[in-house]
Amino acid sequence: MSALFIALTILLTVAMIGAALVAVLGKSMPIAILSAGLVSLLASVLFLLLAAPDVAMTEAAIGSGLTTFLFFFILGRVRGGEHD
Amino acid sequence: MIRKFAALLLLAGIAAIFMGLLFTYEPDPELNTTARYYAERTAADIGAANIVTAIVVTYRGLDTLGEVTVLFLSAAIVGLVLASGRRKKTAKERTVTPAGELLATGSTLLAPLIMLLGVYVFVNGHLTPGGGFQGGAIIASGMLLLLLTDPLKHFSHTLIATVESLSGILYVAIGLLGIFLAGGFLDNRILPIGTLGTLFSAGAIPLIYSLIGLKVGAEFSSILAHLSETEEL
Repeated sequence: MSALFIALTILLTVAMIGAALVAVLGKSMPIAILSAGLVSLLASVLFLLLAAPDVAMTEAAIGSGLTTFLFFFILGRVRGGEHD
Repeated sequence: MIRKFAALLLLAGIAAIFMGLLFTYEPDPELNTTARYYAERTAADIGAANIVTAIVVTYRGLDTLGEVTVLFLSAAIVGLVLASGRRKKTAKERTVTPAGELLATGSTLLAPLIMLLGVYVFVNGHLTPGGGFQGGAIIASGMLLLLLTDPLKHFSHTLIATVESLSGILYVAIGLLGIFLAGGFLDNRILPIGTLGTLFSAGAIPLIYSLIGLKVGAEFSSILAHLSETEEL
């Protein structure tokens, strides 16, 4: 395990915790959704570094792609319903 | 106050468990028996360049069938719950704000490419990382992009259901063929193993993974289509 690898891992982990805090504590809903997607994206980079490309791909496709899109879609539906 | 204290206590407990795991962790100097078997025998027995795929589709194929079944059940339950909440009024009468120029043009360009990438991922599941589940999710993301652009877009439920059931039935049928023509349920050697690393290799794995990809993609798409058509949201 090289020093660069450890530094990168710690950087990714800290960024993930930061993004998760933004997602939980932030007031704006779109920013919260984006940071939740960012947590998944950083997790998938971490999986890639840990030599698990298959898991990284699942995380990127489902956690970061599909779920973020789905949240935005539902957010649009919920907001659209407010005017009725 | 008590609730906050209990939450903090719970967090501290979880942290203690993870600390224990972290500080007692020592990487194995060599692969254990099962892992060594997979690493040494996959290329010769299964013919798949991606060992993870060989494990997921062949060695542990029954588990994958179970996973696909769980996903099918959740898609069916979402359909059941949301279909009962649908009113007579069709979704067509809903007013929506039109999508922006950027999203509309971008999705016209990107949606076919995203779906093509999904197909590429599951067809090459035995060669490169990824496979049926990832490819299916990518295809569903493409569908979702289309839905984001035009929330009133209507996907044919008949087509989705047909693709889903056909691929499911064929998946089990190929598995059963393995019992009669090769070593057991979901054995991939019903087709020739071929040369390691080429597209038409690893026996039935590309076929099975393509079916899984279509099934997963159809299941996710049916969930999304139900979500977009329901009125109770």
